[in-house]
Amino acid sequence: MSVDIENPFLTVEHLNMRFGGLLAVDDLSFDVGGRDITALIGPNGAGKTTVFNCITGFYKPTEGCITAHHPDGKKYMLERMDDFKIPKTAKVARTFQNIRLFSGMTVLENLMVGQHNPLMVASNFTFGGIFGLKGYKDAEREAVELAKYWMEQTGLTKRADDAAGDLPYGDQRKLEIARAMCTRPKLLCLDEPAAGLNPRESDELNRLLLFIREERDTGILLIEHDMNVVMGISDHIIVLDYGKKIADGTPEEIRNDPSVIAAYLGVGDEEVDEVEQEIVEGAGQ
Amino acid sequence: MAQTSSTGGRQFDIGKIAKDLVFTALIAVVIFGSTITFRTVSAEGGLALVSRYDIAFYVIAAVVAGRLLLWIFFWSRVPVRKEEKKTTLKERTTALREKLGKGFAPVLLIFAFVFPFLPFVDRYLLDLSILILTYVMLGWGLNIVVGLAGLLDLGYVAFYAIGAYSYALLAQYFGFSFWMCLPLAGILAAFWGVILGFPVLRLRGDYLAIVTLAFGEIIRVVLLNWYQFTGGPDGISGIPRPSFFGLPFRRGEGNFADFFGLDYSSTQRIIFLYFLILALALLTNFVTNRLRRLPIGRAWEALREDEIACRSLGLNTTAVKLTAFATGGMFAGFAGSFFATRQGFISPESFTFIESALILAIVVLGGMGSQIGVVIASVAMIGGFEIFREAEQYRMLIFGLAMVIIMIWRPRGLISTRIPSIFLKKRKAVSGDMVAQGEGH
Repeated sequence: MSVDIENPFLTVEHLNMRFGGLLAVDDLSFDVGGRDITALIGPNGAGKTTVFNCITGFYKPTEGCITAHHPDGKKYMLERMDDFKIPKTAKVARTFQNIRLFSGMTVLENLMVGQHNPLMVASNFTFGGIFGLKGYKDAEREAVELAKYWMEQTGLTKRADDAAGDLPYGDQRKLEIARAMCTRPKLLCLDEPAAGLNPRESDELNRLLLFIREERDTGILLIEHDMNVVMGISDHIIVLDYGKKIADGTPEEIRNDPSVIAAYLGVGDEEVDEVEQEIVEGAGQ
Repeated sequence: MAQTSSTGGRQFDIGKIAKDLVFTALIAVVIFGSTITFRTVSAEGGLALVSRYDIAFYVIAAVVAGRLLLWIFFWSRVPVRKEEKKTTLKERTTALREKLGKGFAPVLLIFAFVFPFLPFVDRYLLDLSILILTYVMLGWGLNIVVGLAGLLDLGYVAFYAIGAYSYALLAQYFGFSFWMCLPLAGILAAFWGVILGFPVLRLRGDYLAIVTLAFGEIIRVVLLNWYQFTGGPDGISGIPRPSFFGLPFRRGEGNFADFFGLDYSSTQRIIFLYFLILALALLTNFVTNRLRRLPIGRAWEALREDEIACRSLGLNTTAVKLTAFATGGMFAGFAGSFFATRQGFISPESFTFIESALILAIVVLGGMGSQIGVVIASVAMIGGFEIFREAEQYRMLIFGLAMVIIMIWRPRGLISTRIPSIFLKKRKAVSGDMVAQGEGH
């Protein structure tokens, strides 16, 4: 476990998001390490997806600063950028809670769309590509190689020429992650990647996420309810409740934090048993 | 049953077959016995009856033999279990369709090239086929906007009008030739595509459709009312005809017929127009197919599938939409300037909403995104209009009914499958149920 928090890739400072009278995110600040798996957890309606949408540009925050620090020293103010520029230049990619694949296109085509921007440049913004210039053909071959690489990592090679909408649910989740990785991100934001997966699939997901962190040098920020995933792989956990941060630390710290237990995790089974025992004994007397 | 023998998956129930054949022979005798055997011929002093027992016998024998062959080769198959049969049948039909589909386009193309030289083709058929090809080209152009990018455009005829008026006005005011105006008309129509694109960028669904409809009407109304510039309802006449690399199609020396040592004939110009629109339509098809395999084409299709996912992958959806409008508009501009040069006269009446609706109907009927579907639908729609010309006021009724029936039978158009733009091992068609329809449907 490497906690990379000293050298954060993403800093969120005093983030506020207001929808009319509702303050969905309330003065939230946290850091995301460049090579960490950071989990954002909390009860339903705590504002986790809102934070995600602010980071990836789908919402403009009411107040606050979201900065991406690239290793080469460049800084990107995400709250000021257009949503499509965030994956393109700031290299922050995302997936969605309800899967958003191009379901009528094949698996390979989905992964090719993920590489739209470099391919667009290689085709001289279509003018070179339409005459079949060599530069574009080479770029396309490279893009197919990257797509193949991610299909191998996610076990989708056999389904390469099938429509994305035909895949089983677990494979669709993986394809969405593979497609996001095809944009060559530095930070990957996953919104409930384990939702609807069976235990075997969620183990595979854990392995895939660890692989992405180790091999691809990519930080991961994820929203998750599945504690098997959260506690199993994250280096750093942030807990939200009613738009406020109530805890921030390593899995160990979070597991033992009384405010988190009260708000989200609840009491353990043994404790429930103890209380039940007391009540039974009390009734017996 | 009496005797049953079965060999290699075939089952012959001889008693049943014999009974069926006797019955067939009886029916054949009843039908052909009277109609073929006796023939009236005019003879001296009236009619005479000639009997032809031999011919009647051959016909009846042929019917019985045909029935026997059917029994031997088709009706003798042992019925397979229902579920198995269903899948194999489906597989077989898709395989057959794929085989036919592969051969269909080249055959159609060859036919299109030899069509003007076929002996039965007259001026009327040539004119009709030029009209059909114009709609094929417009359908292919609109297919980019509606079929690929999924943006419902109800004002497509506006670009057609812009192309036609660009050529007519440039020729009238500056004396430009057709070949100079053709690219200019395309560029101007593409430019207006971008102009239309900007206000509709943020619109979705029905609102997008309504604004494009309004755009089509605005263009028509401007053309109608700007009398000093466009001639208003009088239109523009005397639009120059195209020349064959500078050789006009006229009688006399230094013209096309004279240069090639041919006898002058007015059909030469029509045949030239036919090949001109064929070339323009094929250019549209070729460029569209090429674009589909480029990142821009994939971005169009991705936009149709899911706009938010596009943005999350770094696609500038503004640029993607504008290029779709511009490219679609450009081809309509080419088609428009062809229309102007073919007619020699244009007026705003040729660019009413019904034209937009017709082109859209061709795209929807053919199957959105399908190139060959557009061809079939154009032939069916425009050709159908001609066939039912005699039905006069019932023509639209027949057409409406036919469209309703076809849309019930094939809700996603005649060709509903999508062919992937790239493949790793095998190009498998994607079922139409998976493919999204985009905005405004």
